[in-house]
Amino acid sequence: MIDTSTRPPALHRVSTYLHKRPRLRLLLLLGLPVIWLVGVYGGSLLALLLQSFFRLNPFSGVLERVISLDTWKTLFTDANTAVMVRTIGMAAVVTVASVVVAFPLAYYMALYARPKTKAILVLAVLVPLWSSYLVRVYSWKLILAADGIINWFVERLGLQVAFQALLDAPGIGGPSLSISYLGQFMVFVYIWLPFMILPIHASLERVPRSLLEASADLGAQPAFTLRKVTWPMAIPGVAAGSIFTFSLTLGDYIIPTIIGDSSPFIGLAIYSYQGVAGNLPLAAAFSFIPIAVMAVYLTVARRLGAFEAL
Amino acid sequence: MRARAVLLLTALAVLAAACTSTGDDEGNELPTEVGDGEGSVVIVSWAGYIERGETDPAYDWVTQFEEETGCAVENKVAGTSDEMVALMTGSDEYDLVTASGDSSLRLVAGGSVQEINIDLIPSWDTIDERLQDAPWHTVDDKHYGTPYSSGFNVLGYNTEVFGDTPPTSWSVVFEETMLPDGESNSGRIQAYDGPIYVADAALYLKSVQPELGIEDPYQLNEEQYQAALTVLRAQRQLIGRYWHDAFIQIDDFTNEGVAASSTWPFQTNVLQAGGAPIDKVVPVEGATGWADTTMMNVNAPNPNCGYMWMEWSLNPKLQGDLAAWFGTVPAVPAACEGNDLLGPDGCAGNGSEDFDQILFWKTPTDDCNGTAEAGSCVPYYRWVTDYLAVIGGR
Repeated sequence: MIDTSTRPPALHRVSTYLHKRPRLRLLLLLGLPVIWLVGVYGGSLLALLLQSFFRLNPFSGVLERVISLDTWKTLFTDANTAVMVRTIGMAAVVTVASVVVAFPLAYYMALYARPKTKAILVLAVLVPLWSSYLVRVYSWKLILAADGIINWFVERLGLQVAFQALLDAPGIGGPSLSISYLGQFMVFVYIWLPFMILPIHASLERVPRSLLEASADLGAQPAFTLRKVTWPMAIPGVAAGSIFTFSLTLGDYIIPTIIGDSSPFIGLAIYSYQGVAGNLPLAAAFSFIPIAVMAVYLTVARRLGAFEAL
Repeated sequence: MRARAVLLLTALAVLAAACTSTGDDEGNELPTEVGDGEGSVVIVSWAGYIERGETDPAYDWVTQFEEETGCAVENKVAGTSDEMVALMTGSDEYDLVTASGDSSLRLVAGGSVQEINIDLIPSWDTIDERLQDAPWHTVDDKHYGTPYSSGFNVLGYNTEVFGDTPPTSWSVVFEETMLPDGESNSGRIQAYDGPIYVADAALYLKSVQPELGIEDPYQLNEEQYQAALTVLRAQRQLIGRYWHDAFIQIDDFTNEGVAASSTWPFQTNVLQAGGAPIDKVVPVEGATGWADTTMMNVNAPNPNCGYMWMEWSLNPKLQGDLAAWFGTVPAVPAACEGNDLLGPDGCAGNGSEDFDQILFWKTPTDDCNGTAEAGSCVPYYRWVTDYLAVIGGR
């Protein structure tokens, strides 16, 4: 009896051993994730970067494993920069619109809705995420089609002239809503909206009611309180949500094939260069564009405190 | 960011593929007889090509083969030609692949598939003569597979729009025209979004600008190629959306008021079955098409069962059922008669009578598919880059 009590149990000994060696503890704790991040994720990124310095033989189209900057020169030709501008522009506009649509809903959910209403609203925001992304995009195609639901309403309401003027608008219009940037934009906003509502909601929930009351007690109008108290406290949530909507739009290559006028987005261009042309160097170089854009974006978002609201 | 993840994965896959060796030339002796079956055969194919009645009990061309030969059929579905090439390269796992014209020559050149002895395939002579020595599977008079199926890119049009004057030329999708219903074709036509569509433009130019001297739309010199791109850039102004997915195009014909477009008989068949006022025609300029070939892996683990499947794949019943299932034209003309699934006019409906007007898909190479010096023709990777730019409005 005495013998066993002086010798602590095995688990206990392991714990004491580890307690004395903080470095080993850290290694055991973080080893696997680090191997994953650095080895698998970082390693493949490195392989990708290396690929982008190879090139295709301009005549035969055969891959040449020679270090050169030719591929990067091709990347910044007119047609490719147009793809980048189109994609980044769409991502920016979609993000701004998502904030505009999401903020009032999140505001109501966080500050006014009763618990029961709130539960229903949260569910309503989340339910679409449980159905297939493709199904939702296809149904939007039917909603926006020339013979689709929106057009049906437009005809019933006698708004054809105004609607046609919208479709004729240069840059955003097209033969029908489903074949226009406007329609594409609507679908993007719809698809990624939940990812904006939830972080804003989370950040607004943390706004102490007492602050709002204090603001009112000191004579501030509701609009002033919104501007000076609520909005600044919501910014981390907005920034976090915008990371989602921006990066998801930047990388999407399904919606542009189904809705819109077939103009390529970055994801689609990468897919074509790699999958169809076998031009791996160009695809690799192209995939660094969203990575670079997101790196800049995340740096700015961090300054705004986005990572505190995730 | 999904695109990036996919790309990373494919990059790794390609690296891995690059590290393994490509098929080596071993002896190159043709087998002289088909021995006993090995008990199984593994086939890489397009979706819907190897049906055992699981999707629709009426479409089953595997069960009987398994009963008769004892070779259990295992099917690996591939989504793209590139996937097929990747699967077959250096593999000793797969026996056969149903390669399309854009990958068959790559497989031959890469040493991934083996020459076959056509004497071991009794039904060889029943194959449509025009397919027997087709250049996408015959290299230096050596046969690298058995034709399996083919289909055409026809001109689909709305009969209500065209009325009594159906279109006869591809010009309705290449040039701004007043259609018979009194409205311009602008915004009411579509084109295929794959780079091979450059060949469709070249085929059109072959007729309307004979001075360019285009002979084969898959072998274009720089001048001819630039002329084709000019046609495509003008076409971009008329096009609302390019088509990519057959079912989206069916929806566009129904809901977007598409009046004319290049299409497959598959779409027009489905639309007609649904009562839509859509018909198809092979225009006077001819049309492009694709043809698939069953090819055997150079390291096939089950060559005997492989040969048995190639023979089996040519029987008229299978060929007819396949044509009915896929909206294609059988490689064996006898399949067109007496097939219940296909019906008496099934082959004609899928375009068999237009066979002579079809130019089948080949991968454009810089040596014009081996007919000229390297650098004479514009290779395929440039088609991809430039067509993407055209679609982007550049």
